[in-house]
Amino acid sequence: MNKNLKEQVLRSSGVNVLKCMRCGKCSGTCPSYDEMEYHPHQFVYMVEKGDIETLMKSESIYKCLTCFACVDRCPRGVQPAKVVEAVRLAAIRQQDGNHLSPDQIPSLLDEDLPQQAIVTAMRKYAK
Amino acid sequence: MQRIGVFVCHCGTNIAATVDVKAVAEALGHEPGVVISQDYQYMCSESGQNLVKDAIKEHDLGGVVICSCSPRMHENTFRKAAASAGLNPYLVEIANIREQCSWIHKDIATATEKAIILGKAAIAKVHLNTPLTSMESPVVKRALVIGGGIAGIQTALDIAEAGFDVDIVEKQPTIGGKMAQIDKTFPTLDCAACILTPKMVEASQNEHITIHSFSEVEDVKGFVGNFTVKIRKKARYVDETKCTGCGLCTEKCPMKKVPNEFNMGLDNRSAVYIPFAQAVPKVATIDPNYCMMLKNGKCGVCSKVCSVGAIDYKQQDRIIEEKYGAIVVATGFNPIKLDKYDEFAYNQCPDVVTSLELERLMNAAGPNGGTLLRPSDKTHPHTIVFVQCVGSRCDDSKGKPYCSKICCMYTAKHAMLIREKYPDTEVYVFYIDVRTPGKNFDEFYRRAVEQYNVHYIKGMVGKVTPKSDGKIGVQASDLLSNEQLHIDADMVVLAVAIEPDKTARPLATMLTTQMDTNDFFTEAHPKLRPVESATAGIFLSGACQGPKDIPETVAQGSAAAAKAIGLLCKNSITCNPCTAHSNELMCNGCSSCEKVCPYGAITYIDKEFRMPDRTTAIRRVASVNPAVCQGCGACTVACPSGAMDLSGFSNSQIMAEVDAICK
Repeated sequence: MNKNLKEQVLRSSGVNVLKCMRCGKCSGTCPSYDEMEYHPHQFVYMVEKGDIETLMKSESIYKCLTCFACVDRCPRGVQPAKVVEAVRLAAIRQQDGNHLSPDQIPSLLDEDLPQQAIVTAMRKYAK
Repeated sequence: MQRIGVFVCHCGTNIAATVDVKAVAEALGHEPGVVISQDYQYMCSESGQNLVKDAIKEHDLGGVVICSCSPRMHENTFRKAAASAGLNPYLVEIANIREQCSWIHKDIATATEKAIILGKAAIAKVHLNTPLTSMESPVVKRALVIGGGIAGIQTALDIAEAGFDVDIVEKQPTIGGKMAQIDKTFPTLDCAACILTPKMVEASQNEHITIHSFSEVEDVKGFVGNFTVKIRKKARYVDETKCTGCGLCTEKCPMKKVPNEFNMGLDNRSAVYIPFAQAVPKVATIDPNYCMMLKNGKCGVCSKVCSVGAIDYKQQDRIIEEKYGAIVVATGFNPIKLDKYDEFAYNQCPDVVTSLELERLMNAAGPNGGTLLRPSDKTHPHTIVFVQCVGSRCDDSKGKPYCSKICCMYTAKHAMLIREKYPDTEVYVFYIDVRTPGKNFDEFYRRAVEQYNVHYIKGMVGKVTPKSDGKIGVQASDLLSNEQLHIDADMVVLAVAIEPDKTARPLATMLTTQMDTNDFFTEAHPKLRPVESATAGIFLSGACQGPKDIPETVAQGSAAAAKAIGLLCKNSITCNPCTAHSNELMCNGCSSCEKVCPYGAITYIDKEFRMPDRTTAIRRVASVNPAVCQGCGACTVACPSGAMDLSGFSNSQIMAEVDAICK
């Protein structure tokens, strides 16, 4: 369990995961349920356990539509969509985790990619 | 200067662990007037009390200060001990060094310092204490029960059994309450009407019980043993004394399109109606919102067909005034409104019903004569989904934060009854937790699963969508198998949270009783005084105090009756001598105190006063009735000229305490 990550997710989401009573209404109401590996109620529980790296690696964080049905209907006011968003942000903001090295570039290229994008990516992600 | 004894209690480690009790006793021993100061492990014990009694006699004490727990806990204990040693009980003061000191502080040095200060304040006050004598006030040997559901009926029957007169005030045209609407009862599955209606008849035939149906409490004045209550007997436009309950008027009434509240609006009744066949009293009532005669003077059919001439279109509300010694509140509950829960489609689809509506749909006297049919198209439902905790256990603005307690059991009952009667019906129950504490309760729930094969699924339903083919789409997550379920149901039943009746809050104001944030009445002590309110003479029965099932309600109804009987048995009760009095020379007759007095204890009199030069003048001054005054002190605060004072808590005593603390 990564305590710093958990702290970061809790703080950036502003959610108190301990309020969850495990009713599963968030997942019951989720339109993306079938697309997700981990479902909204699992997000809340896994963040509580501190198992955030698993969530960050999962495609599920990009499947949430942020429709806020779970936020609207949660009887305990937990706001699961904000937890998903916070995990997504944690993945995006991961330090040193998403840099490009020049050797990686050839395999990523395709002919439709503008030159400008490659230059920008180098500026943005190279060390 | 009084001779004062100080006694510091350890309360085991409750106080002694955070407060240096020896240091407190030592420090307070040096206060002016203190002749003895000692500590002891349990002051409230027999030997602790003897310590106080012996010291009073030995040192000829004129005042006692006990540093211990809250006066709500043991003030009476020590007052009794002092009285038995010959000291006026009102010369005893309690310094609360437990709830207000040791329990809330962690640091021994600060807690000890504070305990000494609290002790000094009590010593300063006791110097100014005067002996007070309690008066006696007579007890009216008649009880009032507000609410005629099973709680009120049980309480009234038990009080009547003891030989006291008791009145039931019920706002509906009949007694019976919610239990009359219920089909079967858990966990024995006996018919609710079969066990309730004999009790209703018993209440109506008991010579000690008077039922004021279709009536509401309008005003309550007075105090324990001596309440004066105004009851509004609402106009039912039918003479109760003449009506025989034959029901001819209800048959002939041409206005038949009135939503029937007894059947939860699932069918219609006539404008003149008797709520149900076993109603008590079995008397017709005219609904003025629908009666064509009362609305525009055209009709009069009921009056023509009534063979005893009971119909009276000119009847008016009547207010009667009665005196009571004790009042029992039994105002009950209602299911909450579902307007804020769009996801369950309750307002969109007639086949999404509440559990209480299902009771009526399954009842032989209900809209379908006991055959379970969908309200929309009157066909048999083959798939039924139950949703638990709708509006219960909610931490949002929509629902209630508490568990409604009865839903798990009645849902198991519904599921079982449906599977028993219609075995071709698939029944799903979506639950968060199944809570079945109670005698034979868990066995009952397990029977629903094991014997009747009801599908219990852990997970709250997320969405209910009415479909064009008449089915109802139910979407929910099965949390244990971690898969999404989409069920095409024919009916959805919502186990709706229950809340106290809306009339409870204004009633609590009239009775000066306390309520919690959910509008449930607060009991005097959550464990040891569960059926008494904090206001003397007001008792609590049934779901007005918290969610309860029928056995618990009946038990509490009987318990409240026992407490009321205990009060009614007394010929007189001792009044609190700490009452207000006015200094007539300072009173300017402004009426401020009269306006704030919640008990109506203050009146104004014109009194003759001697003035300079042998003249006299008549001035208007406040006069307090000590038998009615409860010593709340509101008047002493409101009085602009400082004329009002409270015995035992005088302005000078309070100021002495403040001075001692600030010194």
